[in-house]
Amino acid sequence: MKPAAFDYQRADTAEAAVAALNELGEDARILAGGQSLMAVLNMRLAQPQRLVDISRSASLAEVRIDDHWLHIGAAATQASIERRPRLAHELPLLALALPHISHFQIRNRGTVVGSIAHADPSAELPLCLLALEGEVVLRSAKRRRVVKAAEFFTGMLMTARTPAELIEAVRFPLAERGTGHGFEEFSIRHGDFAICAVAAVADAHRVRIAVGGVADRPVARDFPVLAGSALDDALNELAWSLDARDEPQASAALRRQLVRRLGRLATDQALQSRGVS
Amino acid sequence: MTILSRDETHEVRLTLNGRARSGRVQPRLLLSDFLRHHLGATGTHVGCEHGVCGACTVQIGGVAQRACLMLAVQVDGCEVRTVEGLSGAEGLLGDLQSAFRRHHALQCGFCTAGILMSCADWLDRVADPTDEQVRQMLSGHLCRCTGYTPIVAAVMDVARRRRESAHA
Repeated sequence: MKPAAFDYQRADTAEAAVAALNELGEDARILAGGQSLMAVLNMRLAQPQRLVDISRSASLAEVRIDDHWLHIGAAATQASIERRPRLAHELPLLALALPHISHFQIRNRGTVVGSIAHADPSAELPLCLLALEGEVVLRSAKRRRVVKAAEFFTGMLMTARTPAELIEAVRFPLAERGTGHGFEEFSIRHGDFAICAVAAVADAHRVRIAVGGVADRPVARDFPVLAGSALDDALNELAWSLDARDEPQASAALRRQLVRRLGRLATDQALQSRGVS
Repeated sequence: MTILSRDETHEVRLTLNGRARSGRVQPRLLLSDFLRHHLGATGTHVGCEHGVCGACTVQIGGVAQRACLMLAVQVDGCEVRTVEGLSGAEGLLGDLQSAFRRHHALQCGFCTAGILMSCADWLDRVADPTDEQVRQMLSGHLCRCTGYTPIVAAVMDVARRRRESAHA
């Protein structure tokens, strides 16, 4: 199908994009990589009055290390992060998760911030942002505010962003020594939407387990370092707490089993990789 | 900042397979339709129009991307390469195309243009791939004829021949 008609504006600065959002609110949509939005427009699930294209903004494509954060601007592609030579040291979880995102042709254009803005409950990047306790930088005409991942995802395709705000950047905390990471995903084919994905982050005292694809948003839980049947019990409790639903592609029981199984694998991977990075 | 109105057409200039081309388009026109219907470059095929099937894959600035998930107005000033730009001297098949022919890596050909454009980008980055890597790269394309095995064989063959000629 083809998109309904809209006006098109190329915005090469955050200020220009914010001005358009300030004027039009929900009637304007930010177009970054378009790998979710263009499909939504083609299917006419959204019919905005204006598209504000930030994909050619050099300032919004900036990726930099800022104190102990990796700051990723709104126009930076997933491929640009995946190809960072030191990504496995900077953010081992992203190095594990990025290859699972759709296909390389999509990652070539799709942006990190776009995936987080879209907030699909089965998407890898919202899951990683939550697992790593990252932050979202929102900018409106009046102010800039920073929202923690745990407060940003509010439901199915819903976020804490207000209509007049641009997601200027997201930031992931750089991996600390002694922290280990695990990522496991189950989908029908490589690159399909995850039926269940689990990210785990472990240090000497704590294991943080985040689950995507099951609840209406990614969900993270912190546990003390557990092993054996105590870990199985914790994962079982987590699996039942997510309100998994029966869908044609996967039953609720399958999803719960995937939380238990992938949770175990991701946790073991995280515990074993502590101290490696 | 200029706003392109939905009701008007707007000039788009691009370099298509090394030649300067232009057209007038509404903002909502997809790149895939611009290439086929305005510029006559019908080698690029249109399948699902939501980025899944891969038939419309082209290269923008040398990078493989879906033409159905881009607007024509977005390629103003860009270098676009389609399957028409893959052929060698005097319109003969390029090495990738020849390998697909040798290995019977296509039957109906609908998916082929997109696969070739992905492979052309990808092989520049991954010179010595494994079968598994090729299969993962091809997961961004749907082919209902071949069962993929001959496509994998063709891609591996091109990679090997390119490595050999680089060392020769």
